[in-house]
Amino acid sequence: MTTFIARRILFALVLLAAVSLFTYLLFALLPTDPAALTCGKNCKPELIAANRVRLGYDKPIYEQYWQFIKGIFAGRTYGSGDIAFTCPAPSLGYSFNQHECVSTLIGKTFPVTAFLSLGAFILWMLLGVGTGTFAALHRGKWQDRLTSVVTSIGVSLPTFYVGLLVLFSVVIWLQWLPFPHYASPTENLHDFLTAMILPWITLAVLSAASYTRLTRNGVLEAMNEDFVRFGVAKGLKNRTVIRRYVLRAALIPIVTIAGLDFAALLGGAIVTESVFSLPGMGRLAIRSVTDSDLPVLVGTTLVAAVFIVMANTIVDIVYGVLDPRVRVK
Amino acid sequence: MSSEILLEGKSLVKYFPHGSKGIFGKSDGFVQAVDGVNLVLRKGQTLGIVGESGCGKSTLARVLTRLIEPTSGNIILDGRDITKVSGKELQSLRRDIQMIFQDPFSSLNPRHSVGEIIASPMRIQNIVPKGNEKLRVQELMELVGLNPEHYNRYPHEFSGGQRQRIGIARALALNPKVIVADEPVSALDVSIQAQILNLLEQLQHDLGLSYVFIAHDLSVVRHIADEVAVMYLGKVVEIARPEVLYSAPAHPYTKALLSAVPSATPRASHMHSRIVLQGDVPSPINPPVGCRFAARCWKAQDICVAQEPALGSQSFTSQPEEGLVACHFPENSN
Amino acid sequence: MEKVPLLSVENLNVEFSTPDGVVHAVNNVSFAVESGETLGIVGESGSGKSVTASSILKLNSGVTAKTQGAILFNGRDVLGADDKTIRSIRGSEIAMIFQDPLSALNPYYTIGNQIIEAYRVHHRDVKKSAARKIALEMLHRVGIPNPEARIDEYPHQFSGGMRQRIVIATALINSPKLLIADEPTTALDVTVQAQILDLMKDIQKENGMAIILITHDLGVVAETCDDVAVMYGGRIVEKATVNELFLTPTHPYSFGLLGAVRSLDNSARGELQTIAGSPPSLLHLPSGCSFLPRCGYAQQNLAQCSSVVPELEKVSPTESFSACHLRTEALISLKMKELA
Ligand SMILES: Nc1ncnc2c1ncn2[C@@H]1O[C@H](COP(=O)(O)OP(=O)(O)O)[C@@H](O)[C@H]1O
Ligand SMILES: Nc1ncnc2c1ncn2[C@@H]1O[C@H](COP(=O)(O)OP(=O)(O)O)[C@@H](O)[C@H]1O
Ligand code: SF4
Ligand SMILES: [Mg+2]
Ligand SMILES: [Mg+2]
Repeated sequence: MTTFIARRILFALVLLAAVSLFTYLLFALLPTDPAALTCGKNCKPELIAANRVRLGYDKPIYEQYWQFIKGIFAGRTYGSGDIAFTCPAPSLGYSFNQHECVSTLIGKTFPVTAFLSLGAFILWMLLGVGTGTFAALHRGKWQDRLTSVVTSIGVSLPTFYVGLLVLFSVVIWLQWLPFPHYASPTENLHDFLTAMILPWITLAVLSAASYTRLTRNGVLEAMNEDFVRFGVAKGLKNRTVIRRYVLRAALIPIVTIAGLDFAALLGGAIVTESVFSLPGMGRLAIRSVTDSDLPVLVGTTLVAAVFIVMANTIVDIVYGVLDPRVRVK
Repeated sequence: MSSEILLEGKSLVKYFPHGSKGIFGKSDGFVQAVDGVNLVLRKGQTLGIVGESGCGKSTLARVLTRLIEPTSGNIILDGRDITKVSGKELQSLRRDIQMIFQDPFSSLNPRHSVGEIIASPMRIQNIVPKGNEKLRVQELMELVGLNPEHYNRYPHEFSGGQRQRIGIARALALNPKVIVADEPVSALDVSIQAQILNLLEQLQHDLGLSYVFIAHDLSVVRHIADEVAVMYLGKVVEIARPEVLYSAPAHPYTKALLSAVPSATPRASHMHSRIVLQGDVPSPINPPVGCRFAARCWKAQDICVAQEPALGSQSFTSQPEEGLVACHFPENSN
Repeated sequence: MEKVPLLSVENLNVEFSTPDGVVHAVNNVSFAVESGETLGIVGESGSGKSVTASSILKLNSGVTAKTQGAILFNGRDVLGADDKTIRSIRGSEIAMIFQDPLSALNPYYTIGNQIIEAYRVHHRDVKKSAARKIALEMLHRVGIPNPEARIDEYPHQFSGGMRQRIVIATALINSPKLLIADEPTTALDVTVQAQILDLMKDIQKENGMAIILITHDLGVVAETCDDVAVMYGGRIVEKATVNELFLTPTHPYSFGLLGAVRSLDNSARGELQTIAGSPPSLLHLPSGCSFLPRCGYAQQNLAQCSSVVPELEKVSPTESFSACHLRTEALISLKMKELA
């Protein structure tokens, strides 16, 4: 088991290196001049040239990449003398548009995204797995049919539509909640919760629908397994059979999908954050695109990729813990 | 008896890398699925291959049909070495060798109609012009005992036996010379097995086909084969004509295998003393060095563990007709 | 003095409602099993063997299944029993094992856990460590080499034959009075099958349990069973002792089956005896005998065969029961001549 985990982690590190290189190259090879993007339209050529040197864009690409990687571990100082400024490790670059280190920008927005994702994730897993199991246990009865109608509506709705609908009905029409205004939970728990509850519900309801389906099908499939019948034939209680035999088998494949979905959310729940104007990473990324803020774009893309790779690794390891057949002898 | 040799396998070997093959995962050895097999199939005849699951029968079938490439060894069809053919040549080779699979449920695409399934080899090979396709398919359906009017039905509308007929019709579509049938009746009920076996014999007679017929059931092979090869752990341990093999098995494994088959005569077990083999078949990953059967053999001596017995004619007989056996102490040899 | 059988099944009917219609999986099935005896249930796939067996433990529940009839175990009503009672019977007095040893064990728990669990459901007050000792003994009994080292391994670390031994160990851990084995060796190689059948016979000799052995292999029946019920289209068409079934079969289907098997076993090459056609659909059972479309003897009695379902009745001079309209001695001798 330990060698299995070690191997996974080693593999993840290699993958991360490859991803960072790929991401960096992708943006570096764009036909635009990154230095020209660092200041407004009527920028003086001298300033552009100066920025180019300051940011190291005058160096060959491999040198730039090396600086970039070094920055992640050791921090990075741009320019020299009085006008030098330093982004401490982990430095992901410097945004001229916002006059901030990219890592600072991400650091500010990440908690919002993390809270959003975590809350929605917990909610949707509870809702999805619970309803799915319930529907499977009542297969063919009205409870099952109702669930299937609701979920088929749920899976076909786009996020922005549900988000706007919820926002409109609860905030503008019913006025049950004030217009969301984000505050960090340590600052003002009440504001935090009122700002989060709608996005949580929006995200959770949508994913819960597909997780209900996945769980229902998984449970039904598992109930046909011989070992489940054998469990019943041993004289076990229904509850025990469901818990120890059926759910265990049904949930393992779901873990994989859930892990990746969660990572994707962490990488930025772009639509939801925009609809509810939450200052999260998704919005940061969107803004960097519209503002042509290349360093931020590279930074957020990279962070999102890191989450996916980490999630994959964790999922693999969890899978190995849950299913002994996956472990390497 | 010797008619012309049609298909020949020479020292066929197929190893699969074992274990995780990730970037850093080392392969911890090879599954020696097929390890040095020599076979000869003569024109119009049937070569039976029997052995327990995992002994390499399907792998051998896939090597012979060139669905996978052997690790080493040669396959010769009609005097031509086909071990290395690829591309267009390989495609036209498919016309000569066709395969029938064990599972009549998963080997047919459930979303294609029977007509499409049977016609698919012709379409791939661009053989029959569009207009004639239906005619040819219905002719094939009739040949294998299916109602040609069911041309547009889907596999799930057929029973297991009928599906196996569909598989056979598909294999016949290109007028092959050789059909390799990998346990074609194992998944069927006895009464249906007999129907399919009769059909295969009839087709062989009418179309002059040659079969490689794989089974784990000894009685099935006995009926259809002109020669039977017994495999154990990737090797052929005995090969003989069925009259000889079934009445006087020479290899201890063949003997045990035969005695394990329950006979449909009440309490027959009281009459013949059954040999119940102990333990399991060893792993094909690091198979024993000497005789692969030695650990379970009641006749094994030191030499069996130390030295691999070669497949050869029994020392006591000069007739090659008697068959070949790979054993240091074959039965009937005292 | 009438002896009460260990298990008696009377007029069992099981239907499933499916989108395609009602599947009449089991129709009017009756049989009895005595302690120490082995009853074989043979028949082609889809003939209702598994559904019959599952009914004995009420495993066919669910909205789509409808079960009628009576099942008495030791004189107690099983079909009418409540959940708690049936749970106390499952695994303790009646144990069941299934066809595929590769999927019968829970892949996520060690084999030890699963055997211990099976024991402790019915022995709540026994400590885990004590149950483990009992599990070890049982594993040893069923021939798992070195059980102390292997009890904490997972199912996938065992071969198919070993897994079926573990399944048997699990089923027998509470010394049941009846073991229902649903095709326990069908998925195994012949050499392993021989090992498993031997094991079951040995244990039966030791503890005198009854066995219901479901199989489609007449060879297995011949070597292990005392009595046989032959199923076709959800019905029992013949019930006999093993010797009688093989020596003087009384139903045309048994004839066909034996003929097919014998001509396979026979060394002579040549055309094999078959039963033309294929088994009936349980969605649309014919109004008369369901074997009619495949039967070679029906012409003599066509009106009756095509309209009346034949009852299972004793066929003199044998002790067998057969569900066939033609049961004159003349016909029997006619069939026997053909077989010979
Ligand atoms: N693609 C493959 N990769 C690795 N091992 C394989 C592969 N195919 C077959 N094997 C192994 O080769 C051995 C022989 O398998 P197979 O030819 O399927 O046996 P049979 O058909 O006699 O049951 C088995 O141990 C099997 O696990
Ligand atoms: N849960 C179910 N729902 C619908 N049909 C079923 C169900 N279980 C079994 N059947 C049907 O009942 C018939 C008898 O099945 P089974 O007892 O499993 O046959 P056997 O064990 O003899 O092969 C089959 O036609 C099968 O399709
Ligand atoms: S060579 Fe030896 S071990 Fe192998 S089968 Fe013959 S007697 Fe047995
Ligand atoms: Mg195979
Ligand atoms: Mg069954």
